[in-house]
Amino acid sequence: MGTTQSGIHRGRLAPTEYETNFSDLHPRLDDHEALVAADRCYFCHDAPCMTACPTSIDIPLFIRQISTGNPIGSAKTIFDQNILGGMCARVCPTETLCEQACVRNTAEHRPVEIGRLQRYATDVAMTENKHFYERAARTGKAVAVVGAGPAGLACAHRLAMNGHDVVIFEAREKAGGLNEYGIATYKAVDDFAQAEVDYVLSIGGIEVKNGLKLGRDFTLADLTANFDAVFLGMGLAGVNALGAEGENLPGVVDAVDFIAELRQATDKATIPVGRRVVVIGGGMTAIDAAVQAKLLGAEEVTICYRRGKEHMNASEFEQDLATSKGVMIRHWLQPKRVIARDGHVAGIEVEYTEMRDGKLTGTGETGVLAADQIFKAIGQTFEAGGLGSLAMAGNRIAIDAEGRTSIANVWAGGDCVKAGEDLTVTSVAQGRDAADSINRMLAAGAQPAVAVA
Amino acid sequence: MADLRNTFVGIKSPNPFWLASAPPTDKAYNVERAFKAGWGGVVWKTLGEEGPPVVNVNGPRYGAIWGADRRLLGLNNIELITDRDLYTNLREMKQVKMNWPDRALIASIMVPCEEESWKAILPLVEETGADGIELNFGCPHGMSERGMGAAVGQVPEYIEMVVRWCKQYTRMPVITKLTPNITDIRKPARAAKAGGTDAVSLINTINSIVSVDLDNFAPNPTVGGKGTHGGYCGPAVKPIALNMVAEIARDPETYGLPISGIGGITTWHDAAEFLALGAGNVQVCTAAMTYGFKIVQEMITGLSSWMDAKGHRSLDDIIARAVPNVTDWQYLNLNYIAKARIDQDACIKCGRCHIACEDTSHQAITQFVDGIRHFEVMEDECVGCNLCVNVCPVENCITMVGLEPGVLDQRTGKPVDPNYANWTTHPNNPMAKQAAE
Repeated sequence: MGTTQSGIHRGRLAPTEYETNFSDLHPRLDDHEALVAADRCYFCHDAPCMTACPTSIDIPLFIRQISTGNPIGSAKTIFDQNILGGMCARVCPTETLCEQACVRNTAEHRPVEIGRLQRYATDVAMTENKHFYERAARTGKAVAVVGAGPAGLACAHRLAMNGHDVVIFEAREKAGGLNEYGIATYKAVDDFAQAEVDYVLSIGGIEVKNGLKLGRDFTLADLTANFDAVFLGMGLAGVNALGAEGENLPGVVDAVDFIAELRQATDKATIPVGRRVVVIGGGMTAIDAAVQAKLLGAEEVTICYRRGKEHMNASEFEQDLATSKGVMIRHWLQPKRVIARDGHVAGIEVEYTEMRDGKLTGTGETGVLAADQIFKAIGQTFEAGGLGSLAMAGNRIAIDAEGRTSIANVWAGGDCVKAGEDLTVTSVAQGRDAADSINRMLAAGAQPAVAVA
Repeated sequence: MADLRNTFVGIKSPNPFWLASAPPTDKAYNVERAFKAGWGGVVWKTLGEEGPPVVNVNGPRYGAIWGADRRLLGLNNIELITDRDLYTNLREMKQVKMNWPDRALIASIMVPCEEESWKAILPLVEETGADGIELNFGCPHGMSERGMGAAVGQVPEYIEMVVRWCKQYTRMPVITKLTPNITDIRKPARAAKAGGTDAVSLINTINSIVSVDLDNFAPNPTVGGKGTHGGYCGPAVKPIALNMVAEIARDPETYGLPISGIGGITTWHDAAEFLALGAGNVQVCTAAMTYGFKIVQEMITGLSSWMDAKGHRSLDDIIARAVPNVTDWQYLNLNYIAKARIDQDACIKCGRCHIACEDTSHQAITQFVDGIRHFEVMEDECVGCNLCVNVCPVENCITMVGLEPGVLDQRTGKPVDPNYANWTTHPNNPMAKQAAE
């Protein structure tokens, strides 16, 4: 079954193959596996893993709780610092964060499986529908949050905990942001992103308004006029252009759109894919698109990156995952021109590159890669309207250490701010910390002007 | 190749590894398998007197504690002596001894504390061709409630009396098995010697409740909602057993009395430690119950390799070699000074040495040096307690280094005194013995 026809086609595989290909990449550890993995933790003092975690989860403590048969307590330790700990356990590049810092690397080149243990504990708690947080008494203060992605959700949850009323304005149909639309299917199966959104929102006091986009349906000034504080966490809406001739041809696709479409498709067989696919880029998005193109049945998938392996934003683990799935990764190649035949993509002309005097330069030598479909994954850009005089830094929103923007009572965090590392976990940390900052401001305002007579 | 042949109270076996009297030695089937695997001898599971045999519980008989990765560290049991007919056991023992003449076969016996009972059973055992008998004065559960086992072992006068009967009614060597459930192990050992015993074996199991079932609020193992204390054994009891063996080995009153060492022996290394503290051979149970009989192959080859590496040719070269170095605290040299040293190349920076020292000891290990995570011993604070060595997860990363005489001890500001000096002469000791004027 399936087809090997050239061009872009759906149904390249037999139905059962789709199911296998898009199943959970790392299924949850069972109880025994979790105990064995937890036993390896040394319960380090002032643990390096904890320092490496952007949300500073007390990792030795949550692992010790697993090892003593207390996964619920363990989950609370995680959620105290990171309410999206379930998704972070799935998508964090742990090999460059907590697991890279694990002292077991020094001891025997194999870290404790922190990510998988975190998933174990959070899954147990979420499956049992255990909730750890209640709203404080209502403060009567209202906060607007723009964007229901990781930053916005983390911010909203912490604000709700403190008794504030929160309204989230989300441009898309569903909440979750990149967790819902931007992550490879096999990393968050069983509609986990929505389950997590429900889990976060169940604290109460948070209203999500979907289909409302900043700059189109409302402005920042509308929000500051109607709310006590505003948090901006709308991520990056734009996509960088290739700057190569023919990039508007049918068959040249934004990788983020492909990933989103695939995530939303209940039947993966409905998603068409080329027989030969070329992905331009070197980040996680490039890997997610390339791997999934392969899993949809593309015969040949090549990632072209204009610099060397060591410069790729995709982690070593992700690169290995791609090559293990049969993706070819080629370095020092930049796109020159998309080649068309009969109005469709037929290939891409690429040029070899090199570093000359510290600058990336084409060598002049070119070649052609045959392709039915080309994915652009060369980065996303900040794109938003209705922000008024909001100060920017390096094409993103400028913030201070607490997440405050240039406008009074407006905070920002996540991918839309300059300081972001474009990681889910960093966005969570920024959203949470901004909420704490907002709460301090609101609490200060609530105190009587004269504290002592 | 080191010679592992063993002679214990005249009983010969090809190696010093015997299986202790316990479930693994309950019948011919198991013992045959043990001998095939290479065990040097067995002490057959304890025989009771003629008549209807004892009965065991039909629910769980064992409980356990575990270390990391569910490694069994301690086992507790509420099983009784053999629940098979006396004559079945005797017949099988005789057959096994005929099949395996080069292996040691010892009969463990527990009958009521009456002369007639002992007088009756000894000829029956002797007739099997067994190499010796072991008197079970140890079991702390079940049988002790009936005036046997530990109930005898806790009264030195009874021990002496029963041993005397046995020496009177059999020509077989008598090994007296001691219970650790007593304040001073030297007392029962002295009594056994006074009664004429050929050897003592120890330890039997330690009275224990191994754990509590928190769902049912009952001790484990739980039999129909209730639990009872049982006998504790396995790796966890080894330190207790080593001390008791050493106490008997260095007691002037029992000095030279042969000892069969028992208690948590799991590897060749454990066995060598018992031998060094004065045991003439060793008995094993829990390790076999955990891993099967094959472990004896590791014990034999491990002991042999170590002896070869160290140039020990026979067991006599190692038995009791550590006994002269066991002393009382008051004789330890107070002028010996050691400091911990951390091998920075081996250190994985887990910080456990630091937090153990900082929270619970002498604040002598850094966490940061020049703002960088770095664990180093501050010799001016280090008292040489060894806690850091014990909590470090990396082998040989932290070591204790003795300071040479004359070297400045940075903690006290004084040079290390080359002279031996102990508490008995220390000025802070009100009982210090003054040298004659």
